[in-house]
Amino acid sequence: MKSKLEVKDLCYSYHTLEGETQALSNISFNVKEGEFFVIVGPSGCGKSTLLSLLCGLIEPESGTIAIDGVPGKDSHAVMGYMLQRDHLFEWRTIFDNVSLGLEINHRLDEGSRKELDHMLDTYGLLQFRDAKPAQLSGGMRQRAALIRTLALKPDILLLDEPFSALDYQTRLEVCDDISSIIRTQKKTAILITHDLSEAISVADRILVLSSRPGSVKNVIPVPFSDQCIRPLQRRNAPEFTMYFNQIWKELRDHD
Amino acid sequence: MTEPSLSQQEFLAKEKQHRLQVKICRSMVFVLLLAVWELCAQLGIIDSFIFSSPIKIWGCFLKMAEDGTIFFHTGVTLLETLISFFLVVLIGVAAAVALWASRGLSEVLEPYLVMLNSLPKSALAPLLIVWLGNNMKTVIVAAVSVAVFGSILTLHTGFMQTDPDKIRLIRSLGGTKRDILTKVLIPSSIPLIVSNMKVNVGLCLVGVIIGEFLSARAGLGYLIIYASQVFKMDLLVMSIVILCILSTVLYQVIAESEKRFLQKHR
Repeated sequence: MKSKLEVKDLCYSYHTLEGETQALSNISFNVKEGEFFVIVGPSGCGKSTLLSLLCGLIEPESGTIAIDGVPGKDSHAVMGYMLQRDHLFEWRTIFDNVSLGLEINHRLDEGSRKELDHMLDTYGLLQFRDAKPAQLSGGMRQRAALIRTLALKPDILLLDEPFSALDYQTRLEVCDDISSIIRTQKKTAILITHDLSEAISVADRILVLSSRPGSVKNVIPVPFSDQCIRPLQRRNAPEFTMYFNQIWKELRDHD
Repeated sequence: MTEPSLSQQEFLAKEKQHRLQVKICRSMVFVLLLAVWELCAQLGIIDSFIFSSPIKIWGCFLKMAEDGTIFFHTGVTLLETLISFFLVVLIGVAAAVALWASRGLSEVLEPYLVMLNSLPKSALAPLLIVWLGNNMKTVIVAAVSVAVFGSILTLHTGFMQTDPDKIRLIRSLGGTKRDILTKVLIPSSIPLIVSNMKVNVGLCLVGVIIGEFLSARAGLGYLIIYASQVFKMDLLVMSIVILCILSTVLYQVIAESEKRFLQKHR
C-alpha cells in the first residue's frame, strides 16, 4: 500500500523572549492509506505540536510533510482535527454544531444537510438534532464532535487525545465506539495519546516519541489476530500484555 | 404530575412565608421613612423649607404633571440616556473588536485608553460646552465619554480570554479570522456584553446628569441645578426621586432581557 502521509526530518521550536524551546527534532514517519497510526510519548514531548504541524495550523521550521506525495502547502487534502475536548458550542443546536465546518466552507446546502441528518441517524443522535449540547452525555458529545469532523470528508483524521476528558468507563466505551466508526469508514487516522493501553487497543502501528525535544524512538507494529478488532476485545487478547511491556520498556529506555 | 411529598410541601410553605416577610419588611421601611419624614416636617423638628416633605413633593409632582413639564424633562433625560447608551454599546463593541483583531493597535492605544478611563470625565464637560455649544449634543458626548472607555477595556479583556482551543477548532475547519469573530467571539461574549450594558446604563445616566448640570435648558439635571439656585427644595428632591425611579427601571429592563436571553440559550 502506498503512503498517505509522509513526514520527513520535521523540526519545530517555540520562540519567546526568554529563549528558544525545541519541541520536535528530526521527526520522520510514514502513514499508509487506511491505517490507524498512534503516537505515544511522555507529556510535554510535543505531541500536540506535531498534530498542529500536520493540520497546517503552524509552519514547520524545517522538514517536509507530504500528503499523497504532494507537499503539505500545495495539497488540497482535507485534515479533520479532533481536539481534546469536544468544544461543541453551547449556543448552537447539535445540528448547527455538526454543520459548523460546512458552514465555514460555504458548503451547506440541501444535499449536505441530508447527509448530516443521515450521519446523525447512523450514530444515534438524530433525536438530539435540535437539542443543545448540554443535554447530551459525554460520549454523545464526543460522537457529535466526530460527526462535525467527518462532515468535511477529511482525507486524514487527526485525533488529539480525544478521550482524555472523559471518565474511565465512558472513555472505554467512546474509544470503542469512535475507533469502530473510523475503521468502518476506512479513514486514515492519526491518534496521539499518553495512554499506552488505549494506544495498543486501537492502533495498527505505534510511534514512540522521546521526551522533549520529541524525536522518534521507534515505530512498533501491533498486529492482532482477525477476531480481535474492537478495542475492548483487544484489551483481553494475549498479545496485549506483550505489546504493553514492549512499549513500556521503549518509553522508559535511556530517559 | 404526582403530588409533592409532605416534606417538600413543608419546604415550599416555609420558603413562601419567608418571601412574604421580606416583602412586608421592605414596604414597612419605605412607609416608615416617609411617615417619620412627614411627621418631623409637620412638627417643625426639621425645616420643611430646606428638607421639604413627602406631601409637598407629591404636590409639586401633581402640579408639574398637570401642565406636563415634568414628563417633558424626564423624557429629555431618558432620551439623552438612551441615545448615549446605544452609542456606548456600539462604539464599545466595535472598538473592542478592532483592538482584538489587531495586536499592534491594542498595544499602541493601551496607555491612552487607560489614561482616558481613569480621567474624571466631569473635567471634560466645560471643554465640550466650548466645542459643541450649550445643547443636547454636549450632554450626549459627555455621557458617552463617561462610559465608553471602561466599556472598551472590559470588553477587550473579555474578548482576549476566548478559549484558544475554540479558535483552534475554527481554524482547523478552515475558518478565517472573520469566522472566529462571528462564530466564536461574539456569541460566546454575549453574556459579557449584556452584563457590561448593565454597568453602562448607570454610567450613561451619570454622564447625562453631569452634562445637564452644565449645559442644558431641559432635563432632570437641569431641574436639579435650577431648583437649587432658586431654593425650590420640593422640586429638587422630586427630581432626585424621579431619577431614582428612572435608573432602577432602566437597570431592570436590561436585567430582565438578560434573564430572558439566558433562558432561551441554556
